[in-house]
Amino acid sequence: MQPRDAVATPPDAIQPVLTGLRERFGEVELQVTGSRGEVTVELDRAHLVEVATWLRDDPAARFRHLSDLSGTDYLDRPDRLCVDYHLYSFDHNVRLRLKVRVTVEDPHVPSLTGVWSTANWHEREVYDFFGVRFDGHPNLTRIEMPEDWKGHPQRKDYPLGGVDVDYIGAHVPPPDTRRYRGGWTST
Amino acid sequence: MSEIPPEDVAQEAPASDRPSTSQLVEQAVVLPGEALDLPATPAAEHVTLNEQRVRQVLAMGGGDWAEVTARRHAEDDDDIMVINMGPQHPSTHGVLRLVLELRGEEVVSCQPVVGYLHTGIEKTAEFRTWVQGVTLVTRMDYLAPLFNETAYCLAVEKLLGVQAPPRAQALRVLMMELNRVASHLVWLATTGLELGALSVMLYGFREREEILDILEDVTGLRMNHAWVRPAGVSQDLPDGTEEKVRKFVADMRGKADEYETLLTNNPIWLERTKGIGHLSQDQLVDLGVTGPMLRASGLAHDLRKVEPYCGYEQYDFEVPTATGSDVYARYQVRLAEMRESLRIVEQVLDSLPGGPTMVEDPKVGWPARLALGPDGLGNSPAHVNHIMGESMEALIHHFKMVTEGFKVPAGEVYVTVESPRGELGYHVVSDGGNLPYRVHVRDPSFVNLQTGGPMVGGLLVADVIAAMSSIDPVLGGVDR
Repeated sequence: MQPRDAVATPPDAIQPVLTGLRERFGEVELQVTGSRGEVTVELDRAHLVEVATWLRDDPAARFRHLSDLSGTDYLDRPDRLCVDYHLYSFDHNVRLRLKVRVTVEDPHVPSLTGVWSTANWHEREVYDFFGVRFDGHPNLTRIEMPEDWKGHPQRKDYPLGGVDVDYIGAHVPPPDTRRYRGGWTST
Repeated sequence: MSEIPPEDVAQEAPASDRPSTSQLVEQAVVLPGEALDLPATPAAEHVTLNEQRVRQVLAMGGGDWAEVTARRHAEDDDDIMVINMGPQHPSTHGVLRLVLELRGEEVVSCQPVVGYLHTGIEKTAEFRTWVQGVTLVTRMDYLAPLFNETAYCLAVEKLLGVQAPPRAQALRVLMMELNRVASHLVWLATTGLELGALSVMLYGFREREEILDILEDVTGLRMNHAWVRPAGVSQDLPDGTEEKVRKFVADMRGKADEYETLLTNNPIWLERTKGIGHLSQDQLVDLGVTGPMLRASGLAHDLRKVEPYCGYEQYDFEVPTATGSDVYARYQVRLAEMRESLRIVEQVLDSLPGGPTMVEDPKVGWPARLALGPDGLGNSPAHVNHIMGESMEALIHHFKMVTEGFKVPAGEVYVTVESPRGELGYHVVSDGGNLPYRVHVRDPSFVNLQTGGPMVGGLLVADVIAAMSSIDPVLGGVDR
C-alpha cells in the first residue's frame, strides 16, 4: 500500500472508472480534472442521478460510500453555488469527486438520497447553509440553524454581524463598530 | 422564540390546514397533567389522552415535533405517545434531542434532532488565517481534538505541497493514538454509566485522566490543544514524557483486562447490549457509517490501513472487527482498538526519529519555537533576542507570519483521517489567499447519528439509551 502523503498523481485504479464513464455517458458533457492526486468530474445536474447510480453500481467503480457532500459559494462565478460529492470505493480503494454548479436564481439540484441514504442530512446541511434546493429530498428542512432563520449563513455575501437577532430582540453590530467590555485592554 | 399562552393552543387547527412548519409555534410538549396549573380533566372517556396532556407550549425549533404531533392528531391514534428525549437528557452525551413515538415502552419511530450546539466554526474559519484555523477546528469533536487538528493540517499541507518532518509525523501518531484511547475510554465510561455499570465509569475516567495529564504535559492543555500546526507540531515532547507514556501503556494493558473481567461476560451487560441496535452491513454502508460501528459489522475498513497518512504504514497493528453489528460488537471493537492503539504508541516510542518538529522552510514554518522563559511559556528567549536585537528582517518576517500568515496556492482537497468515531474528512478550498476560502468538515458523528432513526425502531425505551450510546456521538462535532 502506497502511503498517501507521497501520492501526487491519481491512483491507477481510477482509470477504469473514467473509461467506463466515458463509454457509458459518451453524450454527456463530463469535465474531468485532476489536481493534487484527486480526480474531479464536473457535470450538469440533469445527469447527476444517473451518473451517481452508475458509479455506485458498476463493477469498475462500486462507489458504495458517499463519504462527504459539501457546498461552496464561489462568489465571482455566475453559477455560484457548488455542491461537491466525495465518493469512496471500498472495493477499489479510490476516491472521486463529483461537482455540480448551480446559480442562486435557480438553486435546484436533484437529491441523491435515493442513491445513498447518507445524503439525507448532508443535503439538509447544504440547504441550510447555502440554500441549494435538493429536489426529491424527503424532508428538506434546516438542520443546524433555527428553523425560522432567514438567509443562508455560509453564502459569501451573508453579512457577518449587523443582522437583527429577533429571538432576543437584540441587534448585533458589525464587527468594526462593536464595543468590547473588559478583557481587551491591559490594566 | 416566544412563548404562546396555553389558551391559544387549546384550539388546534386540523393538520391539513396548518401553516407551514416554519410558522408553527404551537409546538406543544407533553407534560404530566399534575405539573400544569390547569383544572383536572374530569371524564377521561370524553377527552383523548393527547388533549389531556397537550396544554403547554415550549418553543422547540426543528419542526419535527410539530410534524410528528400533527400527524398523530390527524390519525387520532391515542396509543402512541410522542415524547422528547433531550436535549437535556443526561444520557444523550450532549445536546441531542430524540423525538420518540412510543407505544407503551416500544419505540415506533425515532427522529434525532441536532443543531443545538451549532457554533459556526466553518464560517469563522473563513475569517482567520490558515494557522489560526487549527484553534477553531480543535473545538469541534472535543473528545478527539488532535484528530481534528491533524486532519486540518494534512489538508493545508496537501494544498501547500509540503510534508511535515518525520519526527512531527511520528509525534502526531503518538498523540493521536493516546487520544484515541482517551476517547474510547470516555465512551466506555459513559456507556457503562448509562447501563448501570458505575465502576466502569469511574475506572474509565480514572485512566483517561492519566492520558490527559500526558497531553497536558506535551501541549499545555487538556483539550483544545492547537498543538498540531500546518507543516509540523508546535513543540517537541518535554523531558520525561517518554517514560511517562511507557509507564501508562504498561499500566493500561492491565486496566483493559480489568474492564474485560467486569463487562465481557457480565450477564447484565450481555443482556443490555447483545442484539441491541443491530443494523446490517449494507444498511451501514448505505448510511455512510464508518469507524468502529462499521467494523463491528465485519468490514475491516480503517483509513490508517487503506490510505495511510502520517507514516501509519510503518507500524504493525491489526484492524479489529466483530460480526454482531450490535452494541456488544461495538464494545468489543472499541476495546480491541484501545489495545491496538497502545501497540502503536509503543512502536512510535521505539522508532521515534530525531530532527525538527516543523519544516525548515521559513515561508511556511512558524518563525518561533515555544519555550519556557522567565515570564512563562512563550517564544523562546533566543528567538526574541534574534528579532529584537539582531535582525530587522527577522522581526519583519516574524510580524508578517504572525499577523498575516502564509498564502496557500489555490485549489481544493479532501483529506481524511481515521478518528475514534470514523472517517473525519476535511474539504478545504483555497483561493490563493492567506485565509481559507472554505473549510467543510465531514464529521463522523454527524453521519453516524443518522442511524439513530433506523436503529432503534422496535426497541424499548431503555434500549434506546444503549443503542444511541453505541454510536458514540459527540455533539460538538455534529453541530460544528
